[in-house]
Amino acid sequence: MDRLLEERLFKVLMLSSLTMVVGSLFAVVAVVVLNGAPALTPSMLTQTPKGGYYLGKEGGILNAIIGSIYLAFGSVLLALLISIPAALSLQRDYIKKTKVAYSIRLSLDVLWGTPSIVYGAFGFTVMLYLGMRASLLGGIIVLTLLQIPIMIRAIDETVKLVPAELKETSYALGTTRFETTFKIVIIQVLPGIATAVLLAFGRSIGDAASILFTAGYTDNIPGSLLDPAASLPLAIFFQLGTPFPEVQQRAYASALVLLVIVLVVSVASRALGQRFSKHILR
Amino acid sequence: MPHISIRNLKVSYGAHNVLKDITVDIPDGQITAIIGPSGCGKTTLLKSLNRLIELQEEVKVNGKVLIDGDNVYDPQADILSLRKKVGFLSQKPCPLPMSIYDNIAFGPRIHGVKGKQILEQIEELEKHCPNNEVCPANTRNTARTHKNGEMDLLVECYLRLAGLWDEVKDRLRMPASKLSVGQQQRLALARTLSVKPEVILADEPTSSLDPVSARLIEEQFQMLKQNYTIVLVTHTLRQARRIADHAIFLYLGEMIEQGPASKVLCAPCEAKTCAYISGEIS
Repeated sequence: MDRLLEERLFKVLMLSSLTMVVGSLFAVVAVVVLNGAPALTPSMLTQTPKGGYYLGKEGGILNAIIGSIYLAFGSVLLALLISIPAALSLQRDYIKKTKVAYSIRLSLDVLWGTPSIVYGAFGFTVMLYLGMRASLLGGIIVLTLLQIPIMIRAIDETVKLVPAELKETSYALGTTRFETTFKIVIIQVLPGIATAVLLAFGRSIGDAASILFTAGYTDNIPGSLLDPAASLPLAIFFQLGTPFPEVQQRAYASALVLLVIVLVVSVASRALGQRFSKHILR
Repeated sequence: MPHISIRNLKVSYGAHNVLKDITVDIPDGQITAIIGPSGCGKTTLLKSLNRLIELQEEVKVNGKVLIDGDNVYDPQADILSLRKKVGFLSQKPCPLPMSIYDNIAFGPRIHGVKGKQILEQIEELEKHCPNNEVCPANTRNTARTHKNGEMDLLVECYLRLAGLWDEVKDRLRMPASKLSVGQQQRLALARTLSVKPEVILADEPTSSLDPVSARLIEEQFQMLKQNYTIVLVTHTLRQARRIADHAIFLYLGEMIEQGPASKVLCAPCEAKTCAYISGEIS
C-alpha cells in the first residue's frame, strides 16, 4: 500500500512541476505574442528606424534584426572554431594529468556562470585600451568570449561519453591521436556540438549587457565589421523604456521576432544534428 | 626464432602489480591461448603486446616485448606501425561510427594504401588463402572500370575472408552499428585484417556472441593461423581445447605453466594448473 501511495505521490509531484514549467513558459510566449503580434507590421521588419521612431512615428527594427543575426552567427562561428579543438584537447589522450583537466573544467564552469555585464565591461576596457570604438567586431569578440565556456563544457561532456573501447579500436588500427580524435571521436560528438551551438546561440542572441558598450547601438545597418551594430535585445530594452504604449508594443513585436529566430535556429540545428548522427553508436 | 618474445615483463596499475615478471615465447603461425582465472592479468598481458595497455590510467610497464627482435617499449619504437602489425580484436565488438564499407576502408585509407598498392595487397591475400575464394574473377574485372574500384574490391575481399560478405553485400552503406553483435565481431575481424597485420590479438572474442557466431569466429581463426600468429585470451577451457595449439596459464599475475596446448590443458605439470583445469579454482 505504501509503495502505491509513493507511486501516486510522485506522479502528482512530477505533473505539478511539469505544469509549472510549461505553464510559465507558455505565459511568457503568450504575453509576447498577444502584445507583439498586432504591432508586427511589414514595415517593422523591412525598415530601419526613421526620425521619431522611438516616439511612435514611422520605421522598423531591420537594423536590430540584421545586427543581431550578424552578431550571433559571427560569434557562434568564431566560438566553434575555438571550442571544438579546446574541448577535444581535454581528453585524457592529450592531458594526462587529471588534476589539470579538472581545474580547466572548473574555471570554465565559473566563467559560464559569470554575468555577461562582466564580459561587457572587460571587452570595453580592452577596446578603450586599443583605441577601438563600439563596433560589430567588438560585439562579436565579446559574445565569442561569452560562448566559449558554454561550448567547451557542452562538447566536453559528450566527449567524455565516447566509449573507451571505440578509441581503443581506432588506436589498434595504428591511428594517431589526431586521426582518432578528428575522424572517429568527432563523429560520435556531433550531436553534442549541435547542442553546444544551440545553447551558445541562445545565450548570445539574447544577451544585452555584454554588447551594450562593445557593439553599441545605431539606427543604421552595419556596413563593415568596424561599424557599430544594433541588436534585438537592446532594441527591446530601449523601446520598452519609452513612456509611449505604441512604442512599448513594438518592443513586444521585437521580442517576437527574437523568439522566432531562436525557434528557427533550434529546429534547423536539431534537424542537422539528426541528419549527421545516423552512424553514431548508442 | 619466435616472432614474439616477452622478457621479464612487469605491469602495474598504480600500486597494484598485475603482471609479475613474465618471460615467455609465443610461437609463430599458431594459436596461443592465454588462460587463467578472472583478474589474473590475461588481458593486460595481451594488450601489452601492442602497447594498447598504455591507454589505461596510471599504468607502468617494465621489461621487454620483442617482436622480430625489436623491443616495442623502446622509446624510439614506432607505435603506429607496431599496432598496424599487431592487430587487436576486443571482447565486445565496437564498430567505428560509419558505414560497413567505411569500417573496412578506414584502416587502409589511414595508412595511405591506394590504387596499385591495394591490388598488390589483394594478390598477397589470395596467395595466403588459396582455398578460399576471397577475390572472385568477375568482381576483379569490374574493379578495373569503376571509380574507387580497387577499394571496393578490397572491402569485398576482407568481408569474404571474415565470412560476412553474403550477409552485408546489399547494404554496405548502412551504419555498421545496425549489424548484430556476431556480425559486428566478424566486421571487426575484417577491419583488423585490412591493415595487413602479422599478429592478431583477440581478447575473449566470442564471449559476447551467440554460439553460432562464436563458432564462425573460431573457424575463421583456424583458417587464419596459417598466415597469422594468433594470441587468444579465453576464459572457456573448452574453447582453448578446441582451437589452441599452445597455451599459457596465468595465475595472480604470474605465469605458472606454458607449452603445447595438449599438454597444458590435458596433462599439466603444475598443481595450480591442475586445480584450474579441474575446476577447483576459477
